[in-house]
Amino acid sequence: MQPFQYQQPADAAGAVATVAATDGAVFLGGGTNLVDLMKLGVEAPGLLVDVTRLPMDRIEPAPDGGLLIGAGVRNSDLAADPRVRAEYPVLAQALLAGASGQLRNMATVGGNLLQRTRCLYFQDVTKPCNKRRPGSGCPARTGDHRNLAILGGSGSCIATHPSDMAVALAALGAVVHVQGADGPRALDLAELYRLPGDEPDRETTLSRGDLITAVELPPLGFARRSAYRKVRDRASYAFAVTSVAAALDVEDGLVRDVRLALGAVAPVPWRARRGEQAMLGRPATAETFRGAADAELAAAAPLRGNVFKVPLVSNVVTAVLSQLAGSTR
Amino acid sequence: MGLVRTTEPATSVVRLRVNGETHVLTLDNRTTLLDALRETIGLTGSKKGCDHGQCGACTVLVDGRRANSCLLFAVAVQDAEIRTVEGLAEPDGTLHPLQQAFVDRDALQCGYCTPGQICSAAGVLAEAAAGWPSAVSAVPGTGPAILDAAEVRERMSGNLCRCGAYVNIVAAILDAAAATTEEETG
Repeated sequence: MQPFQYQQPADAAGAVATVAATDGAVFLGGGTNLVDLMKLGVEAPGLLVDVTRLPMDRIEPAPDGGLLIGAGVRNSDLAADPRVRAEYPVLAQALLAGASGQLRNMATVGGNLLQRTRCLYFQDVTKPCNKRRPGSGCPARTGDHRNLAILGGSGSCIATHPSDMAVALAALGAVVHVQGADGPRALDLAELYRLPGDEPDRETTLSRGDLITAVELPPLGFARRSAYRKVRDRASYAFAVTSVAAALDVEDGLVRDVRLALGAVAPVPWRARRGEQAMLGRPATAETFRGAADAELAAAAPLRGNVFKVPLVSNVVTAVLSQLAGSTR
Repeated sequence: MGLVRTTEPATSVVRLRVNGETHVLTLDNRTTLLDALRETIGLTGSKKGCDHGQCGACTVLVDGRRANSCLLFAVAVQDAEIRTVEGLAEPDGTLHPLQQAFVDRDALQCGYCTPGQICSAAGVLAEAAAGWPSAVSAVPGTGPAILDAAEVRERMSGNLCRCGAYVNIVAAILDAAAATTEEETG
């Protein structure tokens, strides 16, 4: 591991100014991903600016309804929050499906959003990787890509975003609050992430020094009827092979509103807008749900090793929405 | 990058509070809490298994919460109250209920993962008492979580045991959970 300096900034503005002005400086949150990447040699920052002691650890009602979640809130505290459990169960379930009890105690909301892919080639510095070393190539297409993307990938990169939490936030239409060198701003979660295209090393729209300070959940009454289901290779403590976050609003047997997002199938937490559109006004039946999944998956470009994800996503989407439809009667 | 690296040292004077004692150490910033505990302070109960947060052998309690000490830089946990397996027993040597339950249930074979298992289980008991949900709990539920075998398996999934002593580990934790609940409810 490269030597590095360590600072505890007095406030968010100071943290932003330092990272913006210093080559090789990065923010340190819970460290569950960054410290590991430093051990692996994937990351070699010269300065860690520790933002865990900044006052970003509260969960409070948002001015326009909904919830404002500080970026420093630990994953375990967010999952245990009574408002999240009652009003946004999909988020609590997604958080609890991720990592281990120890890691959830450490990991922050902001860090969870910005964690890096667990693609084997990205994490192995002896291998080429367009994300880690632009232009070096991608062995995944012909190598191990079982867990990689079927949607949104490019010839340069098919890495998947590993977060469970972010999939729930995508379904809920969360807003990300950012403090930058020019002041604060807010953007939709969908605007935070970039698809890889020819620049897989650029994963977000954030600039150097931009600090995520909070995540806002908009009011969404029917999110009380929401769920997260994660398919993985063992019963617990494993990254998703596929996951589905959904919220469903049914009236008189018809889909009045619906939110659907997919995890572990794309380089970003994947909001399935095409699938959502295909359900609106239709009967809340398994047939409708499967049709929506297939509409979303029409754009899928699987490889030999992950083609199984296409029917898997279709099945899990159908199962989760059918379960929600049953519980809304 | 040169500016930062040449004008300031990559070491820090770190004040660590471990099992009630204060240690003031000059550490390379790269030193993890696990390495500080084992190599500098000499508390070798916490174990280095994978060193990547995947096995749980390094689990300690930081301000009462279980955490992987291999993924924490010591410089970042200054002034936190750290508790390791060495700090669980009473000063007179009486074992912590979890330690006693692991002995009674023979909940280990080689024992390498045991300190992490026990510290993690201490965290589980506190989390359940605080009503924290798990992936097998009903999320909208309230009040303390009732631990059964499925709950213990899920909540302890961050601690691996290569000997496969899981059956007795689960039994030991359920014993300790029952004893703790009895104590609290009289």
